[in-house]
Amino acid sequence: MKDELKIRVVKGPDGVEFEVEPLKDYYCEAAPTVMPAAYIKVVEDLFNWARSESIWILGFGTGCGAIEMRPLMTPRFDAYRFGVQWRPTPRQANLFVISGYLSTKTLKRAIRSYEQMQNPKYVIGLGSCTINGGMYWDSYNTIKRLDDYLPVDLYIAGCMPRPEALLAGFQDMKKLIRAGKAEGANLYAENFEWYKANQKRVIHDWDMPDYNW
Amino acid sequence: MSFDWMKIPYSLLTLFIVVNYGFLLNALIQKIGARAGRRYGIPIWQNYVDMIKNYGLRSSITHGAMFYLGPVFRLSGGVGLLLFVPTIYGSYMFSNLSFAGDLILALYFIFFGTLGMALGAGESGHPHAAIGVSRGLAQVSTAELPFALAVFAVALQYQTLSVTEIVAAQQGGFMQWTLFTNPLAVAAAMLGFLGSMMRPPFDVVIAPQEIPIGPPTEYHSSYLALMQTNRAIFPIAKIVIYMNLFFGGASDWPTFFFKVFLIYLWSAFVGVVFPRFRVEQSIRWFLIWAVPLGILSIIFV
Repeated sequence: MKDELKIRVVKGPDGVEFEVEPLKDYYCEAAPTVMPAAYIKVVEDLFNWARSESIWILGFGTGCGAIEMRPLMTPRFDAYRFGVQWRPTPRQANLFVISGYLSTKTLKRAIRSYEQMQNPKYVIGLGSCTINGGMYWDSYNTIKRLDDYLPVDLYIAGCMPRPEALLAGFQDMKKLIRAGKAEGANLYAENFEWYKANQKRVIHDWDMPDYNW
Repeated sequence: MSFDWMKIPYSLLTLFIVVNYGFLLNALIQKIGARAGRRYGIPIWQNYVDMIKNYGLRSSITHGAMFYLGPVFRLSGGVGLLLFVPTIYGSYMFSNLSFAGDLILALYFIFFGTLGMALGAGESGHPHAAIGVSRGLAQVSTAELPFALAVFAVALQYQTLSVTEIVAAQQGGFMQWTLFTNPLAVAAAMLGFLGSMMRPPFDVVIAPQEIPIGPPTEYHSSYLALMQTNRAIFPIAKIVIYMNLFFGGASDWPTFFFKVFLIYLWSAFVGVVFPRFRVEQSIRWFLIWAVPLGILSIIFV
């Protein structure tokens, strides 16, 4: 465990000494819960329509696929006209695009970012590496199947897929969301133990709470 | 004192019109910015969809009481600002509470939302939020200086602090507008206007690539939707003040829509041309270029 995560005594500006336990005090450890849909079907349909037409992507590039997302903001592809926008903070994002290979070191950050996003949240695996490891199939420090660690809603195959493929993927994602089939966040909450076990198997220096949001 | 109950639905109607106009106008200005960059831009109804989506998120977390109150303060700042100035001059329906408030109150309301946001974002505990807030307060304070000077110049010129009377004094042809009777004050105020519209070159407060989005970093779902609603109301309310003080006000809705659009376009026009200032650059810029104009306008009056 890192030094800054150990329990320590801190002296406040008013001279009072108190104990700080970073893992307990700085994070919320409550496990995720399954969030039910709205009771009235029409309302849920309206929300699903709005969610599909307003996809906010977390701007977090993990592998080489990140370079394929940048052209989408430029005049040539311009994803903004489809209601797709980039948000710089996980709190406001709905869609997490895992762009390419994911090293175990990055996986840790990806998990933390994913858990800070608000339900409902979606994950797209971009490129072959997220499906079966791709060209990193025998690498010692990349994960092979993204679906073991985070609930993936949609894969976009290719090495690398072009920006057009990403746009097509966003359109498919919209159909999934509108049909109410993109319930990855609830899946994650239901199978929380299984996902955590998988994550801890590859991340050896686990120095964060099990669920941090 | 008799209370006029019909004022309440009329105020709500004003608010309804302004919220919708604000949503559409924000999207339109974003579209114009996108077209300047040769992009197609967002659909015109995108802001509505974003808002429904944010209200429809299932989970949200809190960081404490001020975290709740931040967006509420911000929204009340926008709504209060809107209701205390005459939206449509000479109209009984849309003059709202303008009899009760004067310019000083309006100036206070402009700053009120920023302060509420500072408290709320401070409670969120995110370092980027703290940086964004300190930048925002520094920048808005200096941007307020030329505006406040211009407001005092206008108040001296017309010998009144009542917004309604200032608008009344400007009626009778566009040559009566403050724009032509006191151009220095208008110039100072319009430079100050740039500083509070969150568009380049003065958008370092939210600096999306550098400090991820600044003050609202931790805000999400309903909190964010509330702030989006305010982003529709507040610029319009602020522009209404500018319109009333400097551009002769509006006596009907088409004139209102047109003038507000043109004043908003001024910030977008500057925004697509100039790159972003750092905070100390923008403060220096305001102090060197805008504040002397404001002082000159007072001296000339």
